Amino acid sequence: MQKLLLLGDEAIAQAALDAGMSGMYAYPGTPSTEIMEYVQSSKQAASGNVHQEWSSNEKTATEAALGMSYAGKRAMVAMKHVGLNVAADAFINSAVTGVNGGLVVVSADDPSMHSSQNEQDSRFYGSFAMVPVMEPRNQQEAYDMIFDAFDLSERYRLPVLFRITTRLAHSRAAVVCRQKREQNRLTLPSNPRQFVLLPAIARKQYKALTSEYEKLRNDPTIEGYNRLTAGKGRGTGIITCGIAFNYLLENVAESIDDYHVLSVAAYPVNRDSVAHLVEMCDRVLVLEEGYPFIEAQLRGLLDRDVKVLGRLDGTVPRDGELNPSIVASALGLSLSEGREVPALVRQRPPSFCKGCGHADVYSALAGVMGEFSPGRVFSDIGCYTLGALPPYNMVNSCVDMGASVTMAVGAADAGLFPAVAVIGDSTFTHSGMTGLLDAVIKNSPVTVIISDNSTTGMTGGQKSQATDRLENICLGLGVAREHLRVIVPLKKNHEENKAIIRDELIYQGLSVILARRECIQTAARNKKAETAKKNNTGE
Amino acid sequence: MKCDIILAGVGGQGILTIAATIGLAAVERNLSLKQSEVHGMSQRGGDVQSHLRLSDSEIHSDLIPQGKADLIISVEPMEALRYLPWLGPDGWIVTSKVPYINIPDYPETDDIMTELEKTANSVVLDADMIARDLGSSKSGNMVILGAASKFISIPFEVLENAVRKLFERKGEEVVMLNLRALRAGREAAAGR
Repeated sequence: MQKLLLLGDEAIAQAALDAGMSGMYAYPGTPSTEIMEYVQSSKQAASGNVHQEWSSNEKTATEAALGMSYAGKRAMVAMKHVGLNVAADAFINSAVTGVNGGLVVVSADDPSMHSSQNEQDSRFYGSFAMVPVMEPRNQQEAYDMIFDAFDLSERYRLPVLFRITTRLAHSRAAVVCRQKREQNRLTLPSNPRQFVLLPAIARKQYKALTSEYEKLRNDPTIEGYNRLTAGKGRGTGIITCGIAFNYLLENVAESIDDYHVLSVAAYPVNRDSVAHLVEMCDRVLVLEEGYPFIEAQLRGLLDRDVKVLGRLDGTVPRDGELNPSIVASALGLSLSEGREVPALVRQRPPSFCKGCGHADVYSALAGVMGEFSPGRVFSDIGCYTLGALPPYNMVNSCVDMGASVTMAVGAADAGLFPAVAVIGDSTFTHSGMTGLLDAVIKNSPVTVIISDNSTTGMTGGQKSQATDRLENICLGLGVAREHLRVIVPLKKNHEENKAIIRDELIYQGLSVILARRECIQTAARNKKAETAKKNNTGE
Repeated sequence: MKCDIILAGVGGQGILTIAATIGLAAVERNLSLKQSEVHGMSQRGGDVQSHLRLSDSEIHSDLIPQGKADLIISVEPMEALRYLPWLGPDGWIVTSKVPYINIPDYPETDDIMTELEKTANSVVLDADMIARDLGSSKSGNMVILGAASKFISIPFEVLENAVRKLFERKGEEVVMLNLRALRAGREAAAGR
């Protein structure tokens, strides 16, 4: 069989294609972006006519995937962990409707917040929705597990949550592929009311879901992924979840037989396996990426039956991702250490690229905001959040996708004038439009600057749903034509842009300023691709 | 055999190209490989690193444990120092001496050099100048890879083949530029 060198993200994408997926849905978000990108560049996907367009946000993506599942075909939706908050309404209810074609929901968590605003643990969403959760230990297992995820989904008629974390998502290893499966044919649900969650139907289906969930604990596929190996003597038992197992092996590969280990990679966990482990040892160390999910369940409310070590008692740090050194000290092993980082080494935070249009937007805005007291700029999630850092120090909020507009509206409601929202084009079509409608209806005295670089920049330049549509969207929502201004953020327009921003800031109603200049990274990439195309056709 | 490498630099400097080259070569040699990368926010001019692990047996962790790396390959001198806690006692540093200054408090380059010299096993070279002399200012990363090649347990010809494969679709001229950079780097480091 074919052997490929793949990122964890790519292994998931290749597996889904090989397992007969008909549609991939996603909104870009680190560390999940490469799943959709892989499908988009796959010839196999193109020849199989697999759906591969970006969605406007994670909610629309999840709903579209559920629609494909309704029609009997296999679908996958991928997002970063905070994207699952956006998709939560669809996700939780998809467990109550159940699925028709297999549905896999990939959520990529980002412990240590390499590129995120929190480190929430998606496994809670899995138990909250009462669906199977799978958490592969390595790239090969991620590949193999996707086949089982689709099977489990079709067997139990439930969506399956596929949880990965940054290190697996963005680490490459060799993956051996399997025999490809055919896609499902279009088949509607046998029960025409399955997806109709009117209370009378929902009550029945919810009751069924609660009993199915208990059955999952004894499912052979799930149990098969959770391996209990007995060690020598009593001493410490260890429960690892997902990739934590690798960090354990990295430290004690030679002496692993000395430990009792339950290596978990699928949930819900069978109670007997845990009981078995606990009976064999005096205390249990829990190693898991993210929150103390298993650890807290093991401790229970009373926390007195089993001696548990983990994140809650400080054996493992309460926050941040795991690594081999953290696991070594949790095991009480001596640490190998290199030289300390010399004191002269400075922090090097990310910054705007040279020539970035967002930078010119902030320069112009800074030139005007100096006339008012500080604390008036609400921003959002994207490259332009970097306006929070020196030399601009302009941004007073960055909370969740779209919150710039609505927080500015709320602050204006409280009497803050002027109030400004700075949001990117892709973030605006993701979750800013509905907030803008609120502002239109109240004619909130807010200035919304949409810094339109015609791409989804931070995640590497994916297509933006907003491109060429922003004027029509804003006018359609009811923004007054005379207060919809378009500027080009360039140094040479600095004074003119400042004047326009000032005019709209002091206007006692809603204005939108579209600051439009293509992302220089995307522009350079497009130019390169064009040249390459020309050269190829020239031959 | 195991070879644990930390690749270091600033977002946009091309460390992932170095990683991809070694990766291709490792696959060619049938070695096990794990390569952890940084994507997302830091790629905008922040510090970036990649953990690249090669072995003839199974590799467990995607991350290299502290104090266990055999080699730090860096395209920027201050960034090389950032990963010293990972470097093993007999490990080597191969780095470019050309600073990438995008922060206001960047230290004196002389002080950085002094710190680098404290590690007995270090190769410090002006990769940009070597690349420019070859007429390809963008190939500094290949010069660095060439300089590091003798510390990577992969025959040089296999690395050359990987470069060829990686740049193939960009045309023969680009392939040759990168190969020349790779060889020049290897020669520049030969005397050390």
